[in-house]
Amino acid sequence: MKQVTLSVKDLKKKIGDREIIKGIDFELKEGEVFGFLGPNGAGKTTTIRMLVGLIKPSSGSIKICGYDVRKDFTKAMQHMGCIVENPELYPFLSGWDNLLHFARMLPNVGKQRITEVVELVGLQARIHDKVKTYSLGMRQRLGIAQAMLNSPKLLILDEPTNGLDPAGIREMRQFIRKLAEEEGMSVLVSSHLLGEIQQLCDRVAIIKSGEIIQTDTVESLLATQERILWRVEPLQKGVEILGGFTEVIVDQTYIITAYDELETPEWNAALNRAGVKVHEMNRKLPGLEELFLQVTGGGGAGIE
Amino acid sequence: MLALNNLIQNEMMKLLAKKRLVIIGIIVGILVLMFTYAQFKQVEEQQKKLGTVDWRAALQQQIIDTQNRLSSNRMLDEWREQLEVGLKQQQYYLDNDINPSEPGAATFTRMFLENAIDLFIPLLIMIVASDLVSSENSQGTIKLLLTRPVKRWKILMSKYVTLLLSVSIIVAMTALLSYLLSGLVFGYQGWAAPVITGFELNGSDVDVSQVRLVEQWKFLMMDLGLVWLVAVVIGTLSFMLSVLVRSTPAGMGIMLAALISGAILNNMVSSWESAKYFFMVNLKLTTYISGSAPPIEGMTLLSSVITLLVWWLLALIVSFTAFTRKDVY
Repeated sequence: MKQVTLSVKDLKKKIGDREIIKGIDFELKEGEVFGFLGPNGAGKTTTIRMLVGLIKPSSGSIKICGYDVRKDFTKAMQHMGCIVENPELYPFLSGWDNLLHFARMLPNVGKQRITEVVELVGLQARIHDKVKTYSLGMRQRLGIAQAMLNSPKLLILDEPTNGLDPAGIREMRQFIRKLAEEEGMSVLVSSHLLGEIQQLCDRVAIIKSGEIIQTDTVESLLATQERILWRVEPLQKGVEILGGFTEVIVDQTYIITAYDELETPEWNAALNRAGVKVHEMNRKLPGLEELFLQVTGGGGAGIE
Repeated sequence: MLALNNLIQNEMMKLLAKKRLVIIGIIVGILVLMFTYAQFKQVEEQQKKLGTVDWRAALQQQIIDTQNRLSSNRMLDEWREQLEVGLKQQQYYLDNDINPSEPGAATFTRMFLENAIDLFIPLLIMIVASDLVSSENSQGTIKLLLTRPVKRWKILMSKYVTLLLSVSIIVAMTALLSYLLSGLVFGYQGWAAPVITGFELNGSDVDVSQVRLVEQWKFLMMDLGLVWLVAVVIGTLSFMLSVLVRSTPAGMGIMLAALISGAILNNMVSSWESAKYFFMVNLKLTTYISGSAPPIEGMTLLSSVITLLVWWLLALIVSFTAFTRKDVY
């Protein structure tokens, strides 16, 4: 049984009369990369800020490695590293001084650990330059280095690939996977970039208007939305027959229906019996993007 | 438990990297040089006019000038009162054969501090204090600071201690620079020169029964203590604004408006008695020991110090409560 590193129970946040977060529950286990997906304004950032102690929840509990964030703040924070939005560091200090600054705020983190994290993110060559001379990618790396100083069990990254170029994004992705697989770290990643989450995460929670609508592994989330494309002749007759079993959508020369492990072969047999030629049956996994648009009802979160 | 001195070390590192203290040093240096030159010109002018280097003649001339101004009947009552008090003190100096402005760097420093206490020093303090917290907000680094395993009050405390350190450095630097730079022109003497203190004011009557002579270095120490106190109070108020207002310019603007309104009020509040509870009319603490009339009758050194301390305490309470409770978005 793998250890639970983050457990969130019935988390709520009210501002005035308006409930922005309406009861969120989830758990993260060791070595797991968990994606937090939602349109802008869905409550991702608010939730993450509650997890890291920047915003006080109205009710509910957050436990990091068993320590309650509100009651045992310092102990909880010792097991967590985070980058909230962009890695904002002191531009007028060197990379090294920035790390020194944050190391001084941690118990038992010395120069040796700083050297280690600098090597980990590959910033040795420029570490003594002022941060204001860094590129965005380098700042991102320094941000990661800073989050790794206390060798956390849980890493929380808010939009980690924001503003990175494709090479940077790929590098970041490999880096996060490595941390999870080799070091057994749990990583919580929030993003509105679906492709990103799809490639990176083991499990995904889709959040909309302050609620988690679905939580599952990426594969099974997608499987529920699997489609099958039919190319049959004659089209009209095919639509009639398939329409008798399930909902059909006609898209030019294709008929689209849901995919069902047991039923689909039966439908095919029925078509054959009726003399409809089936030229093509194409199972199609939707992109996370389509799934996302479907479950969140498209567009951004409506302004309530 | 994490030691507070680690955090203070961090704050000092940031402060030094921003080179604020260097900028303040340069500002003070330039101003001191300007005033030194102005003072030098003034003395030169006076000597030319009177045709003598004797300070008694100069003082006598000042007394005559003041009397002439008093005899004009188109003068506000409170101005008249101030002038009368000044006149009596000048007369006392002359009668006792004591030069009120003994030339030398020590006298210049004393005068400079007395004039800088209500506006110039507070402005310098604001340069450091007003962005101590709000700069973390605007850079976004507050999110990193507050997600470390350190309690929020400790983070703010480290910033406050840093503020106290920089206030002390600024006050000391101002005194030192004005002594060193003005000494180039006036010479470095004057530490032991006698200064009169203890004028008691009752309206426009000057009570001289408590008057005593103090060596200038002692007087200067008292001045420095009072300047430091004012600087701490102003620093704490700016610090509070820096916690409450996210933008540094807005915080600075509010503080600046308060200080300037204080300077204006000082000249016109004598009939509005409750104005004495504003911190900004209580900043000229040094006038109490040098003995000029306070802006509102009934104000004393003690009442002013107490008023300032009350403001200081409130600002501190507000700062810590707000900082430890607020949500960071």
